[in-house]
Amino acid sequence: MSAPGVEIEVPVRRRSAIGKVLARWPARVGLAITLIFLVLTVAAPLVVPYDPYDQDLSSALSPPSAEHWFGADQYGRDTFSRVLYGTRTALLAVVVADGLALVLGCAMGLVAGFFGGRIDAAIMRVNDVLLAFPYLLLALIIVAALGPGLTHSMIAIGIVYTPQYARLIRGQVLAVREADYVRAARALSASRLRIMLRHVLPNSFTPIMVMATLQAGSVIVETAGLSFLGLGAQPPSSDWGALLADGQSYFLTAWWIATFPGLAIFLVVLGFNLLGDALRDHFDPRRRG
Amino acid sequence: MTRYVVSRLWQLVLVLIGVSMVVFLTMHVLPGDVATLLLGERATAAALLKLRHQLGLDQPIWVQYFDFATGALRGDFGMSLRTNHPAITDVMDAFPVTLQLSFSALLLATMIGVPLGVIAGTRPGGTLDNVVMSMTLFGVSMPIFWLGLMLLLLFGGILDWLPIGGLMPVGMDVPRTTGMTVIDAVIAGRPDLLLISLRYLLLPAATLATIPLAMITRITRSEMLAVIGLDHVRTARAKGMPERRVVIRHVLRNALIPVVTVIGLQLGLLLSGAVLTETIFSLPGLGRLMVDSILSRDYPVVQAGALFIALVFVLVNLLVDLSYGLLDPRIRRS
Repeated sequence: MSAPGVEIEVPVRRRSAIGKVLARWPARVGLAITLIFLVLTVAAPLVVPYDPYDQDLSSALSPPSAEHWFGADQYGRDTFSRVLYGTRTALLAVVVADGLALVLGCAMGLVAGFFGGRIDAAIMRVNDVLLAFPYLLLALIIVAALGPGLTHSMIAIGIVYTPQYARLIRGQVLAVREADYVRAARALSASRLRIMLRHVLPNSFTPIMVMATLQAGSVIVETAGLSFLGLGAQPPSSDWGALLADGQSYFLTAWWIATFPGLAIFLVVLGFNLLGDALRDHFDPRRRG
Repeated sequence: MTRYVVSRLWQLVLVLIGVSMVVFLTMHVLPGDVATLLLGERATAAALLKLRHQLGLDQPIWVQYFDFATGALRGDFGMSLRTNHPAITDVMDAFPVTLQLSFSALLLATMIGVPLGVIAGTRPGGTLDNVVMSMTLFGVSMPIFWLGLMLLLLFGGILDWLPIGGLMPVGMDVPRTTGMTVIDAVIAGRPDLLLISLRYLLLPAATLATIPLAMITRITRSEMLAVIGLDHVRTARAKGMPERRVVIRHVLRNALIPVVTVIGLQLGLLLSGAVLTETIFSLPGLGRLMVDSILSRDYPVVQAGALFIALVFVLVNLLVDLSYGLLDPRIRRS
């Protein structure tokens, strides 16, 4: 079982798995939307017709036209350019908030699952307390403590999503703790840290990625939601939530200011959800149907 | 069962202590202190010191927490810095608005979601199933603060069918009994006011119902699929029972147990969504109160509101768990 020097490889067939995931059209649509979104975050400065912060009062509140595809806001700023720039804040939210939740949650889950006993109980009670708040309320309290702002709102959302990752990883650890390859590593007197980082974590990669994709959409919506409430990105930021809040005051007279940023959120979230659903269905057949 | 209830209640107490610590600590690590906030930047050092002493801010942190916790048990969170009412009064005044909104949204979501789930679940892979499932995907991807604005634009602006926000028309009030306009109108025996308050409620409730509707539809569908293949359903069909009766008596009844749980667990979503919905529709509910209090740094109200919402959330989740045990005897035994 534990011949020294023998590395037990778990067979990974990543390429064919990707092919299978993309066999169904919703997954392909989801991937396409996500890729376009990612390209736009990089290419935004090259694609936009106007500087997103440039005011031009002569075209203030002008409706969509050949000149301003998505119209212009109350300061004459081009809505199309601002929406495109908004992709950057949205991606930042995914990277920072989803990333923070992933790192914190994985650390908590790994430690809880691996050490068990009192450490496990303590970490899971902290988890319970975090889960005892409706998610947006917890984000509100954290923002209240840190003060409004984009960075703080992203940290808040990250903390809100941490318990879900912690639970997931803890479950994974408990499932593989007694697996042969972990026992083999232990017999080779590998340290706990090494076992966690080299053996347990890589084998939990798939469910983590599925969850990260599924959460990405929610993270974008909620960061935008906090900005919409005035607690996240502040004006003149071109964050989608802030744009929507801007447009709210004009929605009866200048519908385009709020409509297009909202549409952008909807499309990107739809993309992440389609992709996430496809990944989950593929890797967790019990959830199919 | 009794042992299960007692252990769940004990867990609840622990969680609530944790929750109160989180609320206390987050408000404690604030940049800037409450005394300066109350007296303003130009207050003298002596006055600040005196106020800090009065508020107990010069005490060790565990004494402060103990004071906070005992105060919270009595419902005493101090006075709102904005309205100068007891903070808990402001919270309780706003709560009925949120309760009415959440409850109507849940009602809408259930009344539409369960039938949609049944339709989709009895025709897996069919056109109707695909349409319904696509709709649920759109529903969960929709930012509700955007959907709310679009509904307002369409029904309040372009079509001019429904009012564009608020609880009641300006200058018109329902005699207050519960604080929930619809119920108060019924109590007051005023069908005219009932109609008006329902018109004002329709758009916010529809907006808030979107995500729970999608979730309820999905879970109903998947539970229907899980039950429809079971032996007792095949037996019922073999007896020659009409399909409609098979679906209603043998499939739906068994599929509904998990659905009930999911309906109960939507509360967290509803309370979160209410914050955004109340902002769009200018409703004076708890969510809006929280946001306004955070923006104006009215911490007693933030603390009272946060603890209150968490308490309601935890209690409802407990009730859902317990009802699950009542509905399904297998859970009780395990």
